[in-house]
Amino acid sequence: MIEIKGLTKIYKTPGQEIKVLDNVNLYIKKGEIFGIIGLSGAGKSTLVRCINMLEKPTSGQIIVDGQDITALNSRELRAARQKIGMIFQHFNLLSSRTVFNNVMFPLEIAGVPRREADRRVKELLKLVGLADKAEVYPGQLSGGQKQRVGIARALANDPKVLLSDEATSALDPQTTRSILGLLKDINRRLNLTILLITHDMNVIKEICDRVAVIHNSKIVEVGDVLEIFSNPRTPISRNFINTVMNRDIPEELLYRSKQLGASMTAKLIRVTFIGESAEEPVITSMIKKYNVKANILYGNIDRIKGKPFGNLTLELLGEPALVDKAVNYLKNLDLEVEVLNGD
Amino acid sequence: MVIELNSWFADKLLTATWETLYMVIISTFFSYLFGLPLGVILVTTSEGHILESKGVNRVLGAIVNATRSIPFIIFLILLIPLTRLIVGTSIGTVASIVPLTLAAIPFVARLVETSLKEIDWGLIEAALSMGASAWQVIHKVLIPEAKPSLILGVAITAINLIGYSAMAGIVGGGGLGTLAYYYGYQRYETPVMWATVIVLIIMVQGIQMIGDALAAKVISRRR
Repeated sequence: MIEIKGLTKIYKTPGQEIKVLDNVNLYIKKGEIFGIIGLSGAGKSTLVRCINMLEKPTSGQIIVDGQDITALNSRELRAARQKIGMIFQHFNLLSSRTVFNNVMFPLEIAGVPRREADRRVKELLKLVGLADKAEVYPGQLSGGQKQRVGIARALANDPKVLLSDEATSALDPQTTRSILGLLKDINRRLNLTILLITHDMNVIKEICDRVAVIHNSKIVEVGDVLEIFSNPRTPISRNFINTVMNRDIPEELLYRSKQLGASMTAKLIRVTFIGESAEEPVITSMIKKYNVKANILYGNIDRIKGKPFGNLTLELLGEPALVDKAVNYLKNLDLEVEVLNGD
Repeated sequence: MVIELNSWFADKLLTATWETLYMVIISTFFSYLFGLPLGVILVTTSEGHILESKGVNRVLGAIVNATRSIPFIIFLILLIPLTRLIVGTSIGTVASIVPLTLAAIPFVARLVETSLKEIDWGLIEAALSMGASAWQVIHKVLIPEAKPSLILGVAITAINLIGYSAMAGIVGGGGLGTLAYYYGYQRYETPVMWATVIVLIIMVQGIQMIGDALAAKVISRRR
């Protein structure tokens, strides 16, 4: 649906050139929710703005639904933009218009006949759950409600793609969740492709199918969310994952592992669960099978795309041979097992 | 005798007040007719804006600055030939409207520019992202969003024009300026001078109050 080829953006200021995007290549499939995560200043905001040409790329191509956006004249570009919805961190609603007329705005731009536009606005307000706020001005709405209006507005002209520029970054966690829920619902119902940028790994975890990590103007990693979560290949990805998963081992446990040293009868292990295996009672099976004691010291289980994901830190106590066997048993189940003491 | 004089004077004062209001209203209208588009062009052709054009922006900016740097009293005299050409005479209220309008246009342009510059760029970006043309951004985003500030600008302009019209009055422009100058100053009728001053104060207060009230009304509706 969106193809980004060799996208480079250089800002020229007197005396120096800043490369904000460096040869970015991405392919976003139809109907998926694709997330781009990066720290502030990584270039993600520029990247999303290049897709509807709010920023002009220095070089490279952007193809949206088969149309090369970078090759259009200004009139064609305006027509193409009507089919690319966008939502913003600060909502950008017109304070001079009611909620109804804010949603009407893109329809006016597109020249949709009044009666049809009226019907469409009502439909959209119902979709985002704000039918009762039609005649209210944005100044009277909460942040979450404002973003709902923003979403309704972005959907007005039946876009092929929805771009989200940090749409939940100005919202509290609870409101963020409800807005993400709405986006996911829209994605499913309308099979709408969503490209979102964020600095919040929770957003990626909650709704994205695939993710790209942008760092220092470059895409450093792309993949399925679950895959990146379970096997991050770059330090920056690992850092992002730690913000939501806490893969770091707590200080006390490190101390304890040192105390235990290379003990034969006690092993401190960390088991990482990915996908289905987390739903099986593997720990119980292991305990029963090898007659070891398992002391749960620390744990973190979450769901990504409906699949369980997380890690557990256990202290296994028992006869040395059996403890070893128990560890091997877990390893053979395709679980990632790290022994934190000895070895 | 006193009563007679007073009724004669009241009559004069009323006529002069009406003339001043007439000059101010008409010249405010015409200065916005030209100054509003000029202000819009100044903003939209500035760097990074929707109709960015360095050349246009610089030339218009220079003209505006040059016009604004001429003291109004000199401007009045300089414009006499032009006024004659347009109105047929350089004396009277109708003739005053020409220099008043021309002097106010660049002032209005800068006021409008300031109002429009205050609008959050995010709103313009949002409109562009929906495929809005420059014209749609101007009349659907910039102007409506800046409305309260623009209304206050109109009040400031009208008040400024009251002052200018008094100056025009000294060179035969009519209105309260003429009354104060010819009767109050040249004939030493100090009460006439004071009376015009009081009327002017009331007029300025009134315009400011109306402006404030209208702007507040727009703002409160949006909250």
